[in-house]
Amino acid sequence: MMDELRELYQEVILDHGKNPRNLRHPPDANREARGENPMCGDKFTVYVTLNGDGVIEDCAFEGRGCAISTASASMMTEVVKGKTEQEAHALFETFHDLCTKDEHEHCDHGPVDEEAMEKLMVLSGVRQFPVRVKCATLAWHAMQAAIDGQGKASSE
Amino acid sequence: MMDQITPTLDAPAYDVERVRADFPILSRTVHDRKGKPGKPLVYLDSGASAQKPHAVIDAMTTFMEQDYANIHRGVHLLSQRATDAFENVRTKVARFLNAPSRDGIVFTRNATEAINLVAASYGQRLGPGDAIVLSVMEHHANIVPWQLLQMQRGVEIKVVPVDADGVLDLDAYRRLLGPTVKLVAMTHCSNVLGTVNPVKEIARLAHEHGIPVLFDGSQAVVHGPVDVADIDADFYVFTAHKLYGPTGLGVLWGKPEILKTMPPYQGGGDMIQSVSFKGTTFKEAPARFEPGTPPIVEAIGLGAAIDYVEKLGRAAIAAHEHDLLSYATQKLAAIDGLRIIGTAPGKAGIISFVIDGIHPHDIGTVVDQYGVALRVGQHCAEPLMEHFGVGSTARASFGLYNTRAEVDVLAESVLAVKEFFGS
Repeated sequence: MMDELRELYQEVILDHGKNPRNLRHPPDANREARGENPMCGDKFTVYVTLNGDGVIEDCAFEGRGCAISTASASMMTEVVKGKTEQEAHALFETFHDLCTKDEHEHCDHGPVDEEAMEKLMVLSGVRQFPVRVKCATLAWHAMQAAIDGQGKASSE
Repeated sequence: MMDQITPTLDAPAYDVERVRADFPILSRTVHDRKGKPGKPLVYLDSGASAQKPHAVIDAMTTFMEQDYANIHRGVHLLSQRATDAFENVRTKVARFLNAPSRDGIVFTRNATEAINLVAASYGQRLGPGDAIVLSVMEHHANIVPWQLLQMQRGVEIKVVPVDADGVLDLDAYRRLLGPTVKLVAMTHCSNVLGTVNPVKEIARLAHEHGIPVLFDGSQAVVHGPVDVADIDADFYVFTAHKLYGPTGLGVLWGKPEILKTMPPYQGGGDMIQSVSFKGTTFKEAPARFEPGTPPIVEAIGLGAAIDYVEKLGRAAIAAHEHDLLSYATQKLAAIDGLRIIGTAPGKAGIISFVIDGIHPHDIGTVVDQYGVALRVGQHCAEPLMEHFGVGSTARASFGLYNTRAEVDVLAESVLAVKEFFGS
């Protein structure tokens, strides 16, 4: 029983959950979106600083949620930095597959940063806990909404 | 339950193990894995939906096997038998609530629809300058229908606060009442805090101003006796599935003299006297509010659920749950870093809690591995979460089948959560 829990809550997740990286409001952010999970009430605001070439110079977030959603938000802000909008989009889609599908079902969403995906692998345990997929993807939905200028996202 | 749940000293001995044998689901285990036995189910989520006894399951099955037909329409034997069975449940529900007349019992899809019915129908007489009084502890079902009315008809919503223990601020309530208030709509028992509101006093104060009251009894009818005549409620709603009955059926009790003045909520078959393309005349309540084929089988299930609960004895159930609540409160409160949200005196068998540094969602996932089914989240009561400054809580809600041993498993699993997250 504890094995499954350890699979879900790997040490890296517990660490990011307790000590989230990029938990701040960057003054130069030019995009932001709020992500809400109506089921649990978790709310995140994701800030993105996008330069003229469409590259994410900075990404940060505010708000708190469960260990899974906070860790995912924290890791997301780290891995999308330096990516173009398209790369961030492909990374999200690939990450979403990781959280929801068996390996053989994964789709090709274009080239992704393999190193980033390796880091994100620790969140793949949510696949065994479908109700927690929304937690893992909440900040990502908000990041996508921020880039697309939608202002709001929901993990519903 | 009148205003408070008061266990009676002479309540008959309550054999919870025999009660548990009536619920087939309680003998199952969860999280069985290859080579590893699962954990016995510890179901502490009856506030969301209660499990079903054999009596309910069998009554619905037997009805479908033996007597099923549509009602109010056929001259054949089965239709008559089904009609009688269905209408007998209406009488039973009236007795269950001590309603003076079965004519005030309207069947709806759920408690939410019952409130929407009142908002949409009774609400047609309201407009700008009129106000409705709610409390901060309402379930979304008793907020959103009134907000829709606010958008459609410009009525104002006034909200009664609660104190730090989760007790309704009666003084604030008293001050809110006045000539502009046209309806008070309040929960009898909070689904988050377990607070049992002083409904009789709430109704009395409203009636001093000539204001009708609606009570949401979804959590109240399951925990003890309810007497709408004694409370002097004008409307009272509850849902079958939390009362050990099936989903898909709710009840609205309304004083017949008020229902009589209300226009139909939805139109359709069986709620009309005559229809022509020149116009339609409608039946009296309750038929007027029951268009279309109702949930016939579900009503049979509700009837069986009421029989079951009454056979056990509502006072005995209340006493048993009170014991569980006291025991669980004591055990959980002793856990370092755990805070119970809602500590009103005389509360019903519901404990909401938070643990420092651990999100309720994470609590829910870990205790689930121990077989413990808790509800975690906002419990469809977002304003109340805001009021207490918490995003969400974990909630244990007790039913008539829970045991002290299950409370022990809950406490152990919560300690495991703390250990797991190093808190």
